Amino acid sequence: MNMYDTERTEAALDVKNLKISATGVNVHYGQNHALKDVSVQIQDNTVTAFIGPSGCGKSTFLRCLNRMNDTIDICRVDGEILLDGRDIYDKGVDPVQLRARVGMVFQKPNPFPKSIYENVAYGPKIHGLTRSKSEMDQVVERSLRKAALWNEVKDRLQEPGTALSGGQQQRLCIARAIATSPEVLLMDEPCSALDPIATAQVEELIDELRSSFSVVIVTHSMQQAARVSQKTAFFHLGSLVEYGDTSTIFTNPTDPRTESYITGRIG
Amino acid sequence: MTLFAFLLLFAGAIFAYTLNLRAAQSIRNGGGNLHSLTSFHGMYAFLLVLIPAFVFLLVWLSFQGTVINALVQRSLPADVTAGLESGPLQLIMAEIASIAGGRMFGTPDEWKLAAADRLVNLRVTSQWLMVAFLLAIIAGCIYVARKRVSATFRARQGAESIVHALMVFCSVVAVFVTIGIVASLVFETFRFFQMVPWYEFVFGTVWEPQIPIREDQIAAEGAFGLIPVFLGTLVITVIAMIIAIPVGLGSAIFLNEFASPRFRSIVKPVLEVLAGVPTVVYGFFAVLTIAPALRVFGETWGLPIAPNTALAAGIVMGFMLVPFISSFADDALSAVPRSLRDGALALGATRGETMMNVLFPAAIPGIVGGVLLAVSRAIGETMIVVMAAGLIAKMTINPLDSVTTVTVQIVTLLIGDTSFDSPKTLSAFALGMVLFLVTLVINIFAIRIVRKYREIYD
Repeated sequence: MNMYDTERTEAALDVKNLKISATGVNVHYGQNHALKDVSVQIQDNTVTAFIGPSGCGKSTFLRCLNRMNDTIDICRVDGEILLDGRDIYDKGVDPVQLRARVGMVFQKPNPFPKSIYENVAYGPKIHGLTRSKSEMDQVVERSLRKAALWNEVKDRLQEPGTALSGGQQQRLCIARAIATSPEVLLMDEPCSALDPIATAQVEELIDELRSSFSVVIVTHSMQQAARVSQKTAFFHLGSLVEYGDTSTIFTNPTDPRTESYITGRIG
Repeated sequence: MTLFAFLLLFAGAIFAYTLNLRAAQSIRNGGGNLHSLTSFHGMYAFLLVLIPAFVFLLVWLSFQGTVINALVQRSLPADVTAGLESGPLQLIMAEIASIAGGRMFGTPDEWKLAAADRLVNLRVTSQWLMVAFLLAIIAGCIYVARKRVSATFRARQGAESIVHALMVFCSVVAVFVTIGIVASLVFETFRFFQMVPWYEFVFGTVWEPQIPIREDQIAAEGAFGLIPVFLGTLVITVIAMIIAIPVGLGSAIFLNEFASPRFRSIVKPVLEVLAGVPTVVYGFFAVLTIAPALRVFGETWGLPIAPNTALAAGIVMGFMLVPFISSFADDALSAVPRSLRDGALALGATRGETMMNVLFPAAIPGIVGGVLLAVSRAIGETMIVVMAAGLIAKMTINPLDSVTTVTVQIVTLLIGDTSFDSPKTLSAFALGMVLFLVTLVINIFAIRIVRKYREIYD
């Protein structure tokens, strides 16, 4: 309890930088109570990592932030999630527009069976963000450059995205997600299907993306969380156990469960 | 007696199984180190008894009638059979058989009664002989199987290789039946093209297969032009596809992505029922409901509509194919990985955009494969068109006119009195060949497309 109090004061101090504020979020899948009363403040231009053992609710919570849980029929979300101070679960909010502001990258690279160019251009196209072909070309190039993929694919933009290697596919998916210029980028274990070299490239990329977006990353690897994030939240059995600066969580955790997980005794 | 023989066969096989099982168990209990599990020893004996005895029974049962008949026939008085052709001789044999079965007409000749007696005797003897041989074979096989039981005997490999051979046999049977059908089709088609030149068949625009059967009969000369018949098939197939593709795809897309689970749980089974309706019932529906309705509708607009229209047959055939296309498209859409759908939704695509831009294009190879299979079914469909389409081949693509199809012509050519050396009958094989080739090509295309699609999304 004590931890929450300090956290709230911190957040209050840093209110200008506050991007997402979740309070008392509960998620039920049918009868299963998957997420229990979670409250988190996520800051802008910061990488926030969610760690915890499998099935602890971290992915579920991530999917609440862009209402992807709406696509699951039996899923029910309660509580309040504010994006820039406005409730995203409000009746007046269109999930389609919300998802243009809160982009997402998935665990497994999932490029569309289209060309590399069309993969990146798809988001801007459906949201009508560009007016001309040349403008679209610029958006595609900028997104691919940001995703550190441009040099590898600039000569073969018309080839299918599925023909790229796993790491390139994942960076293509990141380029696709940032092409709509979202404000928040959610990443659900983005490196779990990648080899160490591709992982290093994506991690480097995440650090650069921080300058433009608020990044929230779910990861199984504590080393990854320590490397890329400034804030870390530890989930266990559907509850948020501890949330704070990454350095504090990893060196001086308050909760004994966090300490057990980080030292490898549970999980 | 035959039933008894089969029971004997199974009893023998089961006995062999237990015998070998026990033998193997006793070796194991005696401290022996068995190569195979005891049940494999039993299984080996079971198969070793069952298969030869079963083959023997089948061979005996299929040849005993012929052999007995030949024996009786040879014993007939020489003065009766002398100079008789096979036809009258068969009649005599049939009479003898019916006397043997207890049905007598009038007072038959003395020698016929004697022959009938002999027939009955031979039948009984044959049955006993069969059981005796069967017992011998079973006993022999049990003996051989039992002798083989030992600690080092590889019973598992033995049983597996027998089962393997059985499976090879089954698949070879299917292949040979197919080859046989194709060969007979090719052979008869070849005979047809010896009577009617192939270019007349392929490029001819008149189809009048009525030709004189007897010398003095007055009938048309006979013209075998494929084009008007195939045109009819084409018109009906196109109409069917115009109905089936949009309705089938629409229902698949709706059920797959937009329908509530409740709606889906009602509509899916109904579509499956539609797929299970026999085509003859669709035929009724076409003749008794759709065709009169079309006529009435045409009359109110002053349109002359034939009683057997291509339109009625095509509409009904289209509805027959709706569940086919719908289930194919539904499967193809469901096979698109969920991650693709999530990816599109997470970019802020609406459900409609996700369906149209991502799911549908990804599923299109599977959908095209399904549609092509539906086309080949429409081309080969017989019952609906026999009932609802016409008989006269016309060079027309007017759907309100009466047309005929390849399948209808094959049916009418082979119904009734036929002689298998006239071009009229043989032309049915040529038509069958055309159908076979067309559907073969379409199926090859469909299977290739479906396979290509599988390679990408596994």
